[in-house]
Amino acid sequence: MSMKRNLKRIAQVGIAAGAITYSGLVSAADTIKVGVLHSLSGTMAISESTLKDTVLMMIEQQNEKGGVMGKKLEPVVVDPASDWPLFAEKARQLLTQDKVDVIFGCWTSVSRKSVLPVVEELNGLLFYPVQYEGEESSKNVFYTGAAPNQQAIPAVDYLINDLGVKRFVLAGTDYVYPRTTNKILEAYLKSKGIADDDIMINYTPFGHSDWQSIVSRIKEFGSEGKKTAVVSTINGDANVPFYKELGNQGIDAADIPVVAFSVGEQELSGIDTGPLVGHLAAWNYFESVYTPENNKFIDQWHDYIGDDSRVTNDPMEATYIGFNMWVKAVEKAKSTDTDKVAKAMIGVETPNLTGGTAVMNKNHHLSKPVLIGEIQDDGQFAVVWQTDGLVAGDAWSDYLPDSKNLIADWTAPINCGNYNTKTKTCGGQTAQ
Amino acid sequence: MRRVLLIVLLWLGATGVAGAQTPTDDPVATDPPSVSDALADLKSRDFDVKGRAIETIARSGHEQAEALLQALLDRKLVHDRAHDRIVLGEQADGGWALTDPLTGESLGQVDARAARPVIINNRLRERIRNLQAVAALSNANPLARREAAQRLVGTTDPTMLRALRERQAEESNPLVNGAIDTALNIALLRDPGSDLHTRLAAIDAVAGSLEPAVKNVLRDRATQTDAAAERNAAEKALKAIDARAARYETADTIFFGLSLGSVLLLAAIGLAITFGVMGVINMAHGELIMLGAYTTYVVQQVFPQGHEWSLLIAIPAAFLVSALVGIVIERCVIRFLYGRPLETLLATFGVSLILQQAVRLIFSPLNRSVVTPDWMSGALQINPVFSLTYNRLYIIFFALAVFLTLLTVLKKTRLGLQVRAVSQNRITARAMGIRSERVNALTFGLGSGIAGIAGVALAQLTNVGPNLGQAYIIDSFMVVVFGGVGNLWGTLTAAFGLGIANKFIEPLAGAVLAKIMVLVFIILFIQRKPRGLFPQRGRAAEDS
Repeated sequence: MSMKRNLKRIAQVGIAAGAITYSGLVSAADTIKVGVLHSLSGTMAISESTLKDTVLMMIEQQNEKGGVMGKKLEPVVVDPASDWPLFAEKARQLLTQDKVDVIFGCWTSVSRKSVLPVVEELNGLLFYPVQYEGEESSKNVFYTGAAPNQQAIPAVDYLINDLGVKRFVLAGTDYVYPRTTNKILEAYLKSKGIADDDIMINYTPFGHSDWQSIVSRIKEFGSEGKKTAVVSTINGDANVPFYKELGNQGIDAADIPVVAFSVGEQELSGIDTGPLVGHLAAWNYFESVYTPENNKFIDQWHDYIGDDSRVTNDPMEATYIGFNMWVKAVEKAKSTDTDKVAKAMIGVETPNLTGGTAVMNKNHHLSKPVLIGEIQDDGQFAVVWQTDGLVAGDAWSDYLPDSKNLIADWTAPINCGNYNTKTKTCGGQTAQ
Repeated sequence: MRRVLLIVLLWLGATGVAGAQTPTDDPVATDPPSVSDALADLKSRDFDVKGRAIETIARSGHEQAEALLQALLDRKLVHDRAHDRIVLGEQADGGWALTDPLTGESLGQVDARAARPVIINNRLRERIRNLQAVAALSNANPLARREAAQRLVGTTDPTMLRALRERQAEESNPLVNGAIDTALNIALLRDPGSDLHTRLAAIDAVAGSLEPAVKNVLRDRATQTDAAAERNAAEKALKAIDARAARYETADTIFFGLSLGSVLLLAAIGLAITFGVMGVINMAHGELIMLGAYTTYVVQQVFPQGHEWSLLIAIPAAFLVSALVGIVIERCVIRFLYGRPLETLLATFGVSLILQQAVRLIFSPLNRSVVTPDWMSGALQINPVFSLTYNRLYIIFFALAVFLTLLTVLKKTRLGLQVRAVSQNRITARAMGIRSERVNALTFGLGSGIAGIAGVALAQLTNVGPNLGQAYIIDSFMVVVFGGVGNLWGTLTAAFGLGIANKFIEPLAGAVLAKIMVLVFIILFIQRKPRGLFPQRGRAAEDS
């Protein structure tokens, strides 16, 4: 890492720690401002700080190419410090004081829900790069991570069809994303003829570290003769002790595979993956995918961050896709005005890092391929299955009674985030 | 190279003597063309094609067959893109050092992206392991033979069963024979063609086993059979197995409770000194634990080859680092605030935030990976339903050792005497010539240092990251307050009591509710006995 970049990084973090906005050196008149709303301190810093670096890298590259519409991009980085109400305040600050044209940010669903009313009120533009529980579509938000039908449902299909799994443990952290995902999965599994007795649902608190009894119960549940798998929506830090306990209690992936929706390369970089070989994860991107685009992206990332051991992951790809789509949309609309860009966004296509192209749909969700990978001993995933084509993100799940008639369509004449196809009415401007 | 040609001998129906080597003068001559074809098939993306290739390699009898399968498991069989061939690859200097898979001839070095390991999935991995287990049935080591036989328990594959039967005829070790018998009896019960008499004998023979496969086959027999005698026998055996398993389950829960208790004890014991004995509400206690965990990480970075023993260096190092930081906190912040608990609370909370962010700046916000030494991995397998994980087992003993050491220091040393004197009555202690300032700093250092040692142990169980401390600060205060401020034995009792209680509630109520119930219980308890389980007289007690 060069000295200059080192100093720059220290300055960034230091200033961000004080939660003070800093602006670049470029004067404001001839620039397009890009807000970055990711936690740089607190619990979520582990995941979100990487995305801040990704956005800054994309901005640097875009500026080297001459910016957008001849204007340089100017990042405005704020630190919402893993504090959900602070996300709303910082979003307001970005939109009213810094007057940014677009915001890339949020990780947890609760932070997105906190920002949502602000971007809708001030008519801002938010790109949300993380897989989430769905059941939402806002005029002002573009969801570039996976909806449940782009991650959870294909993963369960793989377990049933390819691995012959007949019993399921749905294990998750106790908050909105796992609860909603598990509700969808439970309904889906029952529609596939899985009995109630063959589904075990378990929730644990955030940062749970003592997994002994739960892992032991999973082991028991899995030794009843039917092939069993664990579908894990366990979030963040709690995964490391969970996988350590699996390894120690000798649960082999060949006996009881665990398929995780929140475990990527970055989460695995904190553990010895030797005992975990064969456990699964479902994402739209894996670092190990061999394509020219991906190899180039990884090289650029290593170069930017100055550390060859830093991994890339799915939310980074989602950020990459979102950023490139936004650039294309601005150029198409010849304006940074929210309404014009939002309109131009629909139908925009940009290359995926895993090959093929991602498409932005009318419901502000992407069409992307779904990949399933097995953990390898080097902390990477090997792709063992992938969808034949693209899967369109579904904002409202078809498997929940409350949302099966709802669709989102932000084009005329519907122009609604929760349009009921039965009653032909729009439930309202905002989600839910 | 291990046990060359054993697979071959097995397939030919002749069991080899362990360690047998058939010297082959010319590897090319014994190389059937099928192996190279099978290797080429491994380039396929279709796992079924790869599965057949693995089968072909295993049956080929090629002298490299076993090594090739092992290489496939170890991800050392790679696809060399430039030449579009499958070769052996060893990671070296940021690239791959390639060798010919059949002759062992070096093929030079290529770039990291020029070769990719052959991808196998769980099913293939299991298939390879089973094939290896068949070979291992003739291993010289009886433990390896037993493990191999246990791996094959539940299999219905005819070739594997044949291998088991052949081994059974030769085996003299009773442990290995037991495992083989179980495997064969299960296969017999699964076989629809077997007659009632042999099935009854088989049920009788497996009734004492706790293997899950036994339970499954018995349950299937109990529901599927038409013969009443068989159904009764199966049900009776199932009942006996369930009763035994239930006893072990209770033992399991107690072990989990003791383990959780030992973690609580480790986290709380340093606080028992700083808060319990000195009366300082130290909100930065968790961060001192975190510093200990990071010290473990740094020590492992300094000795990259010493994963097996570097923990022994990490323990004193973590003690020193945390103790020094603790003394600095005491000298710079806390000593001005004695007797003002609210201000201490706020000031130390600030210190905890500073320490967290400092760690984020130095080590980045990402979690650091602490390697678990081999002797702490895995589990002590007592029987198929009861095992004790080594890391937890060691940590229970470690927590007790730390506790006893601390107790000795406080009861038997001069520093301990002075600490107790100052904590009981500062003014009299000073009048007796004790330098209370120095004692305060050392005591706080001792408590902090022990927090650092706790960090070494916790680094083996959980994430080493900036938030490590936050997760334990509440639990630590909970244990110390519940046990009785100022009483080390109270801390011990409280830690293990809460640990075991938590683990008994958890299966009934779930992890979230179990935690809430324990907290509610403590609130109610403190209402009735505000000074905890074992109240102690001392400075802390008098101040409150």
